[in-house]
Amino acid sequence: MAARTINFTLNGRPVTADVKPHHNVVELLQSQFALTGARESCGQGLCGCCTVLVDGKPVSGCLYLAVFLDGADVVTVEHLAEPGKLDPVQEAFIECGAFQCGYCTPGFIMMSKALLAQHADPDDQQIRDYLTGNLCRCAAYPEIVNAVKMAARKSKAGSTG
Amino acid sequence: MATTTLPAAHQVGRSLPRLEAREKVTGRAEYTHLMRLPGMLHAKIFRSTVAHGRIKSVDVSEARKVPGVYAVYTSEDVRKVIPNPYYGPAFHDQPILAIDKVHFVGEPVAVVLAFDPHVADQAVQQIVADYEELPAVFDEVEAAGNKVLVHDELKPAGTFADLKHLKGRKGTNIALDFRLRRGDVEKAFASAAHVFEHTFRTQKVLHLPFEPFASIADYRDDGVTIHSSAQGPSFVRTEIARLLGWPENRVRIKVPYLGGGYGGKLYIKMEALALAMSMLARRPVKVALTMEEQFYTITKHPSTFRIKSGLDKDGKIVARKCEVWWNGGAYADIGPRVTQKSGFTASGPYDIDNVWIDSYAVYTNLTPAGALRGFGVPQLVWAYESHTDMIARALKRDPLEFRKQNLLRDGRPQATGTILKDAAIEKVLDRIAERLNWKRPFDKGTGTLRRGRGFAVALKAVISPTTSVAIVNVAGDGSATLYCGTVDMGQGSDTAMAQMVGEVLNMPAESVRIVPRDTDVTPYDMGTLGSRSLFHMGHAVRLAAEDARAKIAALRAELGEPEGSNAPLGDLFRKKYGMQAGNIIGTGTYKPDYIPPDADGLTANATPFWMVAGTGVEIEVDTETGHVRVTRLINVADVGKPINPKIVETQLSGASLMQLGFSMFEKMHLDGGQVTNASLADYKIPGIHDVPLLMENETVETVQENGPFGAKGVGELATFGLSPAIANAIDDAIGVRLMELPLNAEAVFRALRVKDNKPLGDE
Repeated sequence: MAARTINFTLNGRPVTADVKPHHNVVELLQSQFALTGARESCGQGLCGCCTVLVDGKPVSGCLYLAVFLDGADVVTVEHLAEPGKLDPVQEAFIECGAFQCGYCTPGFIMMSKALLAQHADPDDQQIRDYLTGNLCRCAAYPEIVNAVKMAARKSKAGSTG
Repeated sequence: MATTTLPAAHQVGRSLPRLEAREKVTGRAEYTHLMRLPGMLHAKIFRSTVAHGRIKSVDVSEARKVPGVYAVYTSEDVRKVIPNPYYGPAFHDQPILAIDKVHFVGEPVAVVLAFDPHVADQAVQQIVADYEELPAVFDEVEAAGNKVLVHDELKPAGTFADLKHLKGRKGTNIALDFRLRRGDVEKAFASAAHVFEHTFRTQKVLHLPFEPFASIADYRDDGVTIHSSAQGPSFVRTEIARLLGWPENRVRIKVPYLGGGYGGKLYIKMEALALAMSMLARRPVKVALTMEEQFYTITKHPSTFRIKSGLDKDGKIVARKCEVWWNGGAYADIGPRVTQKSGFTASGPYDIDNVWIDSYAVYTNLTPAGALRGFGVPQLVWAYESHTDMIARALKRDPLEFRKQNLLRDGRPQATGTILKDAAIEKVLDRIAERLNWKRPFDKGTGTLRRGRGFAVALKAVISPTTSVAIVNVAGDGSATLYCGTVDMGQGSDTAMAQMVGEVLNMPAESVRIVPRDTDVTPYDMGTLGSRSLFHMGHAVRLAAEDARAKIAALRAELGEPEGSNAPLGDLFRKKYGMQAGNIIGTGTYKPDYIPPDADGLTANATPFWMVAGTGVEIEVDTETGHVRVTRLINVADVGKPINPKIVETQLSGASLMQLGFSMFEKMHLDGGQVTNASLADYKIPGIHDVPLLMENETVETVQENGPFGAKGVGELATFGLSPAIANAIDDAIGVRLMELPLNAEAVFRALRVKDNKPLGDE
């Protein structure tokens, strides 16, 4: 099948890629940009391990076709931390022990970023509802809810002070 | 960084975040499934569509024609490079690709290799196999009758001495029978005031790690390197070396972090297939499964447990007979060990003079079964704690008092005859009861919403005997590196081990570097399984660090340092070698004492430590739908002295939530041996909304006297008691008793209808 050239912004930089019609976002990121933070697990858009932000919205990278990224702004988990400084969500996930094996963690973190962008101060129910599309086989869910609340506090403190 | 100048408080007992946490939250942690090697081919597997059949033909000609296909191979090709391509930990019964026969739906039959995995996938669709279908058997009790035989002949591995007598045995599906005879149960039943007998069943469920199985083999004529998502790199090396007829030192197994394991990635899985493909293709080959393919790789054992108890007029249990059939699927994997080791404690945490245990590992034509977070113990606890509760209710005894009357206590012989020690069963039970306010009245609900509560307590003997070896290397600047084969698959072992090194060498755990597992450098370890690592590897690590500490002390003395000198380690090396140079290498090996069971299953030393845990729940039942909601979940465990309390809590919480899925809804649906729900869309696992709103995790104050720093294993504990605790609570709420997992709405609703004398028809 013929490849098509697409241009998009990846983690703040303009990039070009040749993609085939059946390539999904995870394959593109892994094979052409060596970014493995978004990873395929269930392959059906049900577990959230492949979550990336496209134009600020979380999408399942295992279902989202790579060609649709043409012209888009794409952010992956690799872009959250600055050198020597983690994002408040990442910090909170560490401090709350919100993962075990870590395979689903980038997906949860990206979804939590999207949640906090919409609701700066979410309650438990909002967090659970928002993260219901992300699964964790190690079941660190209670710690994840705590981490999102802590991240909200950290973000608020960061933006006001 | 001069690590020795940092303040060095106690490292053991700190709730230190995981050492690899930063890598995990930034998406940079390494997993085999995400790795690529230059020039690598992708393997896609063509699988059997019948449960039991003779292979008449496998036509790969069309697949070979697909543009981009590098090669297509069957067992005929495999045997050209590995003449006897059978593998497995207990039996060498599993072929790399099916030979002559297929034994379960989903068994690998042929493989397509291509640089583009999509091409390989497409080509697999072009393969056509023709089978002569044979009768198949799926139920473990039926299979034990040997009417349909899964294998013509048993092929035990030489690894376990006690399986040798099964070599070449024909006409049976029973891969191992473990028996325990203590006292005289029949005599005790004859004179008992009450006798109760029940049969419990568990369903087929699976591990489903989110990083599916992956192995990449890079074969050269002088050596092979395999990157693999393996829980036991040492075992993989031994088995690959055996298949090749090579010494172990030409086989290198590298294991990065694991995206979950839970027992699934134990022993040998895709490694042998990756090896064979790399040998044939003369290139690196990656075998990386999809989520769906995991349903055809390894599962938990479905089980049937017939349990019978005799009691005297005072309610003392005087006899217990346990017959357990383990559905091992088509290949033994570690089923025989599950059968034997869990058999030790099948009669539960009770003090019973007369015990009879028969435990059978049975072959069937299903996906093979192995160890899943508990090595069979959750299946046993499901039965014996449901049974115990049923007896208490039948005798109108308080379930707590009834258990306490019969509880096994330290100093008393367990069923195997081994004297119980450092097993806080009563403490655990008491704490659950206190947290549940068991003695106080409980609001049982009204109308269509009924409430109930229940609990269960369990005992496990850790797998024994097993060996761990560790190396601590102190460099010329005083920094320390640990080499150990324990695989960190999320349980936090790297962090706990670093804390132990830091404790001995008086340095912060954060400064200790853990070498990623690589059998070229990390020494032998039996495997990361059965909650054994913290104890066994913990001891090896402690011994290695102590060895290094003794050598450091000797160096201080040699250099004329005054007694009690605190000179930084780096200074010692500089003084000794005139520059920053040299190493101090400490080594440690640990293997606990163990006495194998005699012909009656009795031994004075069954285990180096006992694992004890219990669960209490409060639930709500909607009597109109049968839906059960766990509103409060309490885990109490005896972990000795926690090395890292926060990680212990996460382990307890995570294990119980995983078990919540196995208890409430997870089930592989099977139709003629075909899994009909092999995806996350159709096989539901616990999500964030399934978490009980109230969750409490507690470790009782204890010390494991022979444990490293007073500690013992944790990983499996909270899986033990949950299923029976919920079933007991359902009985408490609505007076129906479920004897088969899962406890889903349909099962509850059907039971309610039976109770109301309005049973529903099938389906």
